[in-house]
Amino acid sequence: MDTKQAVLDILNELTGEDLSDQMDENIFENGLLDSMATVQMLLELQDKCDVTAPVSEFHREDWDTPNKIIAKVESLRNE
Amino acid sequence: MINIQPYSNPRYFVILFIALLPLIIGLYHGRRFKAYEAFVSLLFLFLMFNGKDWIQGVQLIGYIIFQFLVTFAYQKYVNSGKNKTSVFCLAVILAILPLAAVKIAPLVPNKAADLIGFFGISYLTFKTVQVIMELRDKTIKKVDPITYARFLLFFPTISSGPIDRYRRFKEDYDKAPERDKYIENLKFGTRYIFQGFLYKFIIGYVFGTLWLPQLAKDALFYGQANGGLRLSWALLGYMYCYSMYLFFDFAGYSLFAVGTSYFMGIRTPMNFNKPFISQNIKDFWNRWHMTLSFWFRDFIFMRFTFFAMKHKLVKNRIRLSQLAYFVDFLIMGFWHGLTWYYIVYGIFHATAIIINDIWLRFKRKHQKQIPHNQFTKWFAIFLTFNVVCFSFLIFSGFLSTLWFGWK
Repeated sequence: MDTKQAVLDILNELTGEDLSDQMDENIFENGLLDSMATVQMLLELQDKCDVTAPVSEFHREDWDTPNKIIAKVESLRNE
Repeated sequence: MINIQPYSNPRYFVILFIALLPLIIGLYHGRRFKAYEAFVSLLFLFLMFNGKDWIQGVQLIGYIIFQFLVTFAYQKYVNSGKNKTSVFCLAVILAILPLAAVKIAPLVPNKAADLIGFFGISYLTFKTVQVIMELRDKTIKKVDPITYARFLLFFPTISSGPIDRYRRFKEDYDKAPERDKYIENLKFGTRYIFQGFLYKFIIGYVFGTLWLPQLAKDALFYGQANGGLRLSWALLGYMYCYSMYLFFDFAGYSLFAVGTSYFMGIRTPMNFNKPFISQNIKDFWNRWHMTLSFWFRDFIFMRFTFFAMKHKLVKNRIRLSQLAYFVDFLIMGFWHGLTWYYIVYGIFHATAIIINDIWLRFKRKHQKQIPHNQFTKWFAIFLTFNVVCFSFLIFSGFLSTLWFGWK
């Protein structure tokens, strides 16, 4: 499974919405994601995408849209 | 002996501007005079802790040495490839220890205990704990001692924040901004400082110095007369007046701190974003004392939930978030001080945000049935405003004076 699909699946599970048509939507501003869901997302990413993103790595500005999350996951994987 | 408290009077700003002028000229030409910057910082710290406050100054020096020992010992430990949770906890506890001592000291009935503590220790502790946590996460690989010292002792924010982050600070501090960016900094810095004058010295003064004492007197007088819970209209007036004072005084101070930082080419984060137009308590904490609430979000709330989820301590997601809110706000209460009203303030906000969350979940489920229009929006703002003002009444400690005669 590619990163994009994996991230979208995780987000779908957390927000209850398919975000594939709102890839640049700010998911914090529109209230889809909060701190709690973020933590879950980080844990899921650890499980399913095999990237370790500690909480300190998390800056909202870098993670606030589906596209940015995917980019971040890919860059963490290539580290 | 000269003793100048930061941003306390017009003279301070004149001295500040003169002292910063060489820095401003340097930054304008794309150069950061680090040695001079250090000199200015130390000079202002000296003026702050000179004279009657010298005991505090000595404690500040001791505190910095202690924190350096803890941080660099922990860095050495992490870099040797080890990462035990127990050692991490020990490092955090050691970093918090001086602050804990300062908070407990007032409870000790001893004259010497009154001398413990110095202006700014609460805010410094956020910075040191943050660095230790990031060292563990390896998002900070190596702490540069000089940058770390400058980060901790950055004089515009040392007394009461805003609370910056090490990595963000370092990025600014390691370079001089480009000219057009720096000009923009100067523009905003000037605006912030003048806005700060308006907030702190004019509006804050009216609420805090002109009106608040009279309202306090009236509230005590009518409270005595009315008996019971000693409620009165004057108390209600006190609540609103104190809330306005608290905001304008603290936001004014924060604007000075941010404005001064901008002059120095350091973009210290903002602390307030129109908190009184918040539509709910969650929104409020994204707008009020932001650097504090974000610190708690990132270093307490998220870490606590991460740990609890990973080890499956609490199964239910909603229960876990509620528990995390309690932990978060209780610690915030204790951080303010070990008095009943700070702790109740924390519990009050935890409860409010939990109720808010329940409502938000309910609203999401029943989107169709619940009206959403201009009226509901203004009603939400009105309700949030009053809940917040009531929490500030608790926070003010005035209820303690009113009910028990002590604060």
